[in-house]
Amino acid sequence: MPVNNTPDGPVWRQRTQAQSLLHWAGWLLGTAVFVVCWQQISDATTWFFVWDAPRIAGDIWTRATPPRWEYIAQLGRPIWDTINIATLGTLLALFLAVPVAFLAARNTTPSALFVRPVALLVIVSTRSINSLIWALLLIAIIGPGVFAGIMAIAIRSIGFCAKLLYEAIEEIDQRQVEAITATGASRWQVMAYGIVPQIMPAFAGIAVFRWDINIRESTVLGLVGAGGIGLQLSSSLNTLAWPQVSLILLVILVAVVISEWVSAKIRGAII
Amino acid sequence: MLKLEQLEKTYRTGDKALTGIDLTVPDGQVLALIGPSGAGKSTLIRCINRLVEPTAGRVWLDDLELTRLSATGLRNARRQMGMIFQEYALVERLTVMENVLSGRLGYVGFWRSYLRRYPQADVDEAFRLLDRVGLLAMADKRADELSGGQRQRVGICRALIQNPKLLLVDEPTASLDPKTSRQIMRLICELCAERGLAAIINIHDVALAQRFVQRVVGLRAGSIAFDGAPDRLSPEVLTSIYGEEDWEATSQQAEDESEGAE
Amino acid sequence: MSTELETLIGRPWRRPPLIRRVWLRWLLGIGGAVYLVAAIASIEVDWARVWIGLDRGAQFVLAFTNPDFMSRWSDIWAGMLESIVMTVAASVVGIAISIPIGLGAASNLAPVPVYLICRGIIALSRALQEIIVAILLVAIFGFGPLAGFLTLSFATIGFLSKLLAEDIESMDRSQAEAVRATGAGWWQWINYGVQPQVMPRLIGLSMYRIDINFRESAILGLVGAGGIGATLNTAFDRYEYDTAAAILILIIVIVMALEYLSGIVRARVQ
Repeated sequence: MPVNNTPDGPVWRQRTQAQSLLHWAGWLLGTAVFVVCWQQISDATTWFFVWDAPRIAGDIWTRATPPRWEYIAQLGRPIWDTINIATLGTLLALFLAVPVAFLAARNTTPSALFVRPVALLVIVSTRSINSLIWALLLIAIIGPGVFAGIMAIAIRSIGFCAKLLYEAIEEIDQRQVEAITATGASRWQVMAYGIVPQIMPAFAGIAVFRWDINIRESTVLGLVGAGGIGLQLSSSLNTLAWPQVSLILLVILVAVVISEWVSAKIRGAII
Repeated sequence: MLKLEQLEKTYRTGDKALTGIDLTVPDGQVLALIGPSGAGKSTLIRCINRLVEPTAGRVWLDDLELTRLSATGLRNARRQMGMIFQEYALVERLTVMENVLSGRLGYVGFWRSYLRRYPQADVDEAFRLLDRVGLLAMADKRADELSGGQRQRVGICRALIQNPKLLLVDEPTASLDPKTSRQIMRLICELCAERGLAAIINIHDVALAQRFVQRVVGLRAGSIAFDGAPDRLSPEVLTSIYGEEDWEATSQQAEDESEGAE
Repeated sequence: MSTELETLIGRPWRRPPLIRRVWLRWLLGIGGAVYLVAAIASIEVDWARVWIGLDRGAQFVLAFTNPDFMSRWSDIWAGMLESIVMTVAASVVGIAISIPIGLGAASNLAPVPVYLICRGIIALSRALQEIIVAILLVAIFGFGPLAGFLTLSFATIGFLSKLLAEDIESMDRSQAEAVRATGAGWWQWINYGVQPQVMPRLIGLSMYRIDINFRESAILGLVGAGGIGATLNTAFDRYEYDTAAAILILIIVIVMALEYLSGIVRARVQ
């Protein structure tokens, strides 16, 4: 027990001298790093604009209100596209994520030495890169449009879904698998009877969860030209049509809230 | 007839689970395997259907050397060995009927089993077995809705629908109350007698084993320490298997408890 | 043989359907199929364009085998540094603000008005996509990393406060009550009764959020909010796939390193 020996006898301390010193050094270092980072940001900032910000914000607010309600007539198709990008992208991602997850899970991979690292690499690289970047890339390759958006969402979601799914596969009850193996079932039958029923709830949960996220992401894919409501947002911003911008933001907000509600309902029904 | 010759299993960690087991189980004999935890009981029965690969030695089922079989051969051989598990090992999210029918997986092709289109004879047999164990009304319930005793009955049906020659039974009563334990043991032994099946039953409840089986094998630290009729299990023999303990009192008490529950 | 059994023998057996109501099953099935057909039909794909693009796609994939770090190194370095700086600063500020808001949004700690305000902040932060927040903040504060920093801080609050509040709400009541029973004040109570219970998870979530913040910082540059995104966008625009590949590899490596680090930290605190 760390104690301080004072003339009046030992006094209890939470840490020893060395621990305490290390503790403070850690905090000091952390603070220093933060200050340096802040310095960098501050140097790159035009502070005049920042002091002027309240006025500009007020200015934007007066221009953006009220929203241009009649513009909603033109948003039907973009909203439909946005939902399609999210839904079809999620479906495609799930379709591709299932085999990747089975190859990545320790207990189902055909080869822990060769196949598993490749599957993990696919997972980490698709997961690390945001769907907007995938969209940029795909637009450069296959041209702008909804199709690029679907592919971008799908690719980004593979890693996410496959990671959660392979973790679920690794956590299954191995005894059920053993019992099916003992009946003389083939490899595929063991998978269909021993493993798939066990991961079904996780799979459904992941699908709905990712769909919810994808609705959010697909609303902004249009900013780089990948279709959906983001296209309208981008063009309204470029023409400084603030009443349209505020309407689009409202629509996006409503869409996000609805998708969150739907996904919470479905998850509640599954579990 | 099942024959084990010099069966050995050493795990990758270096633990010797089995050291030179020789054992012969004639057709129709129900054998109880007793021994302390870690004596290698589970490993022994898993080495027979090769859920655990034995390190050395041979296993014969009639004229078939199980230890030499290829993957396909093993799959076919496993159909002849039904297995019943500790804590049931049912696929919990499938229905009772699907669990029972999964015992036929070794006989039907992948798509047939995937689409649940089993031959009518299998479906009829599944219904007969469920009726025999008194669970016909539960056929379309999900396995996780059942009580422990009911689940183990489903496990028994799954093993029997394979139409096996041999039952491998791993601690069938470990998670059941004393009354249900007896009912399950009685059911297993009755069914073995009806169908002339041989069975190896891992069990740690010595009193229960003594009551139902014709032969007891005691395992200690991976080798056979006792082999004989249940009435020859004297306190001295139990001491040689399990180590020093006041056996008179414990087995007496166990008797009383289960009598009281019945 | 029971009569019940006799009626079943010889009858085919079907698995009970997932959805028991027949009309609902058909409605969902047909509705789903109709939606899929309509959705797929409404996608316009210019296959000729895709065909031409495949060539470029192959070039891009090949670029990964030969990434070019050097020719735009100064841009990459500056962008990466800015991304990291934004991540660090935004994570620190975001986490610091999340803690009081998380406490306020826990229904077992906070009085109702505070609870509602904090939940409102969380809902707002979660509903607004980072990139949209960034656009608005760039419009207000001008181009540069300050807008990115504020965006990430704001997003961190929504994520972390919500999870922290949920964690506090599900904590073990008896431990907190025991501390209260000693006559501790509110701060002492939080410090001794609540903090030790939620700390490991808070640290784990914070590490995870740092990871997310870095990934997000990579796209903020697309709308002028600083970071590596601007450099990446330029590289794509000029079809400099080898430079783009280099940037993407750097991002992946840093994310992997962060994930590895957070794994270690989480293992240590738990």
